[in-house]
Amino acid sequence: MDTYIFYGVTILLLSISVIKDKKKTRMALKKAWKAFENILPELLVVILLIGLMLSVLNPATISKIIGADSGWIGVFLAATIGSITLIPGFVAFPTAALLLQNGAGHMQIAAFISTLMMVGVVTMPIEIKYFTKKTTLLRNLFALIFSFIVAFIIGLVV
Amino acid sequence: MKKILIRYRAFLVVFIMILIFTVLYRKLGLKALSISANSLKEMLFIVPPVFILLGLLDVWVPRETIVKYMGEGSGLKGILLSILIGSAAAGPLYGAFPIAAVFMKKGVKFMNILIFIGAWSTTKIPMFIFEISSLGSKFAITRLLIDIPGIIIIAYILSKLVSKKEVDEIYRKANEIDK
Repeated sequence: MDTYIFYGVTILLLSISVIKDKKKTRMALKKAWKAFENILPELLVVILLIGLMLSVLNPATISKIIGADSGWIGVFLAATIGSITLIPGFVAFPTAALLLQNGAGHMQIAAFISTLMMVGVVTMPIEIKYFTKKTTLLRNLFALIFSFIVAFIIGLVV
Repeated sequence: MKKILIRYRAFLVVFIMILIFTVLYRKLGLKALSISANSLKEMLFIVPPVFILLGLLDVWVPRETIVKYMGEGSGLKGILLSILIGSAAAGPLYGAFPIAAVFMKKGVKFMNILIFIGAWSTTKIPMFIFEISSLGSKFAITRLLIDIPGIIIIAYILSKLVSKKEVDEIYRKANEIDK
């Protein structure tokens, strides 16, 4: 749904750009293509790794691992799964809701969702390309630690 | 041709490994390939607006404007703008990196770049609405309230830990993304 809004905005801006200056628009599209082509090799690797990962880790497997009384071990496992996988939000949230119904704890789910969104082991090749190795590793490490804090607070509040 | 092979060597290696895996474990391998094909389709759907906006931003918005609002000395205004722009985005985190590179070219402060990445990763507005409906408003709002200061704190610590030399290197790389 939000992707369609995004498309709408992009088409609108692109049209305005064409009307105002054709040459500049061509330059913008050229830059867009170059930037895309530049990360395409890494993007393709990521896509293959996602396939491999998700073929092994399906919701049924995950719910077994982070069940109701799995405690902090469950939080760690949930964070590990969340860190290595990359699932789009519109799949992740219903999955999380399903896991909750099947008895997973809020803490584990919070760790799973937070790492899923903030920590990306599979996407590291792309991140390193832009941010260098050190910054990428540090950012992901902090995001991981932060996700435990989120899990802890959610455990207290919800 | 040789150049292309070198650029795509990692992809080819992983692809061949998955093919071997598929020969050994037929069912899992085929599943992996079909999930990859799906993700590819999804990527091709999500990615075009991200890169077109990146191109338009690069060509139309003058550096001075961006420096003024998000550069050194932009203070709270820069932080808020970085959060807002990151949160308004759609698409997976890997879409944020090329946009961040254009922001770097335009002189956005490193800490604001990190805040933008953080916001894109976890406080996206469309996702928030979706989170409320799947996991309840108490869960979603609590997470959002922790996330906003969290993103800023992480960005602050990171920007202090990464040396000036390294930041310069990252900004130099950003200038080469569309070369």
